[in-house]
Amino acid sequence: MKKILIANRGEIACRIIRSCRALGLKTVAVYSEADANAKHVDEADEAIAIGPAAAKESYLVADKVLAAANEAGADAVHPGYGFLAENEGFARAVAEAGMIWIGPRPETIADMGDKERARLLAHGAGVPIVPGSPRFMVNDNAGLEAAGDEVGFPLLVKATAGGGGIGMKRVDAAEDLLATVETTQNMAEKAFGDGAVYLEKLIDQPRHIEIQVFGFGDGGAVHFFERECSIQRRFQKIIEESPAPGLKREIRDAMATAALALTKQERYRGAGTIEFILAPDGQFFFLEMNTRIQVEHPVTEMTTGEDLVGLQLRLARGEEVSKLQQDSIASHGHAIECRIYAENPAKNFLPSPGPLDVYSPPSQGGGIRVDTGVRQGDQVTYFYDPMIAKLITHGVERDVAIEKMLAALDDFRIEGIVTNIPFLKRVLTHPAYLGGRTHTGFVDEHKDDLFKE
Amino acid sequence: MAEQVMTQAPGNVWKVLVKEGDSVAAGDTLFILEVMKTEVPHEAESAGTVTKLHIAEEDAVDVGQLALEIG
Repeated sequence: MKKILIANRGEIACRIIRSCRALGLKTVAVYSEADANAKHVDEADEAIAIGPAAAKESYLVADKVLAAANEAGADAVHPGYGFLAENEGFARAVAEAGMIWIGPRPETIADMGDKERARLLAHGAGVPIVPGSPRFMVNDNAGLEAAGDEVGFPLLVKATAGGGGIGMKRVDAAEDLLATVETTQNMAEKAFGDGAVYLEKLIDQPRHIEIQVFGFGDGGAVHFFERECSIQRRFQKIIEESPAPGLKREIRDAMATAALALTKQERYRGAGTIEFILAPDGQFFFLEMNTRIQVEHPVTEMTTGEDLVGLQLRLARGEEVSKLQQDSIASHGHAIECRIYAENPAKNFLPSPGPLDVYSPPSQGGGIRVDTGVRQGDQVTYFYDPMIAKLITHGVERDVAIEKMLAALDDFRIEGIVTNIPFLKRVLTHPAYLGGRTHTGFVDEHKDDLFKE
Repeated sequence: MAEQVMTQAPGNVWKVLVKEGDSVAAGDTLFILEVMKTEVPHEAESAGTVTKLHIAEEDAVDVGQLALEIG
């Protein structure tokens, strides 16, 4: 394995290039017409155009990415996150073309991509799951009323093919259930080509805590502790940290044990994340497993000192990373990540594309890390995700990491587009955040403080 | 009271949920843009009838563009 095609763009493509370079691997970037001059294209050893700006005509077209890999003579494909990262068909096609897929087996991707099947597998591994219903298909909602009563209200209607908050609706009362189920089914059928939904009990004021795992593909696996990702907007994370503030050691250990049980049961290969929701009473439940490197992986890299992308690459090229022992992995200090978005929080987080007239991130080192996919003068286009950078700080304690983050956000200068930086500062200085009183409804609960003029 | 509905951001028209001649109530979703992978719904501020539709699904639109008129 000498040459890696990176089937992605933006900060994660740049991030993967960095680890490839450290391991002496050549890199091939792919790019759409909108990204011809993008940072990831400059930084890769080679770059191949794969079509128009719209992702569904370029980054999401498996055949085009595969053709680029063949053309470049790549030995392996790293998908990053998003786009084709959790596309079972693409993973299979890469392997069938004789290349190494840097990710879990296609069957694992399929199993975990189907949220209901994933729940059953988790349950089989002894991982607690949130009370839920069987699936309901479009125009076949017989038994829905009884299922709703059994799960109990409030509940969530979730598309089995969904994820990342897409295809998810809250229902507070039985009389609204059918209408919401039908709307969600229609939406899911249009968006994912699969209209099936299921019901899940809604846990009030839950925290979102996830365990970073790494499987060796032979039933062996280690974990790299937890990340708390409760600060979200529109079901998407904006601030992540590790350790989770105030989390009792026995709960953390129980979560890690459960996560490892599922990882080992699936003979999981590579980096993965098992997401849990933690109820205020200390009970935790399986949410989903993400079969890829996660956006917030740098938090874990800062606390454990491990290069997780490097580990993926080393496993893929046949190094004996399975020698890695759990007791050699330790977490030090506290790390926080802020996602820098091109969006306007005051207008319901309306995306804000435009020119980066000024783009000057804080300098790195001394516990400050910036993962970025853009440069001054670039255009932030409306075709892709609004996240333009990640800022990560590390300190001996949470207070120190927060102080560093606030200073680094002050140093982060961006002009030409609206960003969420002022909003992030309001969250980080809010008494409830400082007190570790986080839950996934945090932004909504404190909206009067966070959105004031 | 006539209402002109403008696009709130540049993006692609993902879904148009009304057609010319439809009656709408205040708060009804008229169309949804896809902007940076985010759904941006546009709602009617006033009740009335859709008199003119200036956009179609899959159109690329700019910010502040006239999308539809309610009479």
